[in-house]
Amino acid sequence: MRKSANHLSCEEFQGQLPDLISSGERITDHPHLRSCYLCRALLADLETIAHAARQLFPVVEPPDALWRHIQSAIVNDAAPNLH
Amino acid sequence: MPDNTASLRSHSEISRSSSAEVTYVPTKRVASKSAVNYDQAEILARVHAGDHQAFALLYATHKRQIYSLCLHMVGNIAEAEDLTQEAFLQFYRKINTFRGESALSTWFHRLTVNVVLMHLRKKGLQLNSLDEMMEPDSDQRPGRSFGAPDLVLSGAIDRLALERAIGDLPAGYRLVFVLHDIEGFEHNEIATLLDFSIGNSKSQLHKARMKLRESLRKHPQQGGRR
Repeated sequence: MRKSANHLSCEEFQGQLPDLISSGERITDHPHLRSCYLCRALLADLETIAHAARQLFPVVEPPDALWRHIQSAIVNDAAPNLH
Repeated sequence: MPDNTASLRSHSEISRSSSAEVTYVPTKRVASKSAVNYDQAEILARVHAGDHQAFALLYATHKRQIYSLCLHMVGNIAEAEDLTQEAFLQFYRKINTFRGESALSTWFHRLTVNVVLMHLRKKGLQLNSLDEMMEPDSDQRPGRSFGAPDLVLSGAIDRLALERAIGDLPAGYRLVFVLHDIEGFEHNEIATLLDFSIGNSKSQLHKARMKLRESLRKHPQQGGRR
């Protein structure tokens, strides 16, 4: 178990990570990260995954037939009536 | 040292950040009103009156975001098409309940997520895994997930490998990850949608990313897994 300058272990630091990440604070300024390569690497990996997920899953176009199906379903729907 | 936390922050915080290092600014994937310039109130009134063209305009505005949301949540094209259709039908049936307390696109996204959740529950998928996430398994305990430093992800993640890794996530993890990291929902919104605490949403997202990290380190390329 690694101890950082402010005496937080990696386990303790990781336990705080969900809140730290969502806080909007600059986590890289955290004393533990300044002294812990493994936790810096972990944070870099999590950033890479979050970035990749956004980049690799673009908004996509549905098939044209889908609108026709929706139209048919709506026409068959009770209310309100479409012209 | 570069700020590697930028893309992990909440979307609103990132938006407020002035750091030049921030290159990734996720925003909710809601349809942009500017993309199709129309008067929302007028269109809704026309839909109420049964104007087919008005509903067609709403479909054109929201179809890509809604279909993508369904596709990412279920990971299956046929199911995504069915769920998109169901979401638009629900939208049509319930549009008279829209009170304008949130943006129409936000309201529609919530409605769609609920449609997908209902579908998943009917399928009997392990949404009870949401509860399991409260207790991390032994591999996910803090401090046990590092691995060797030389296995740090390079940043060039293979799309198929990531898709596979996300697909392998427990249903609950997957939902939180997709809603937050791909679709741009905030933790408070996810907590409301999935009926648990904001802290739980944060915790589950973190665990989902940790599981993905482990999976990608084991199988960085899809082709190498089979």
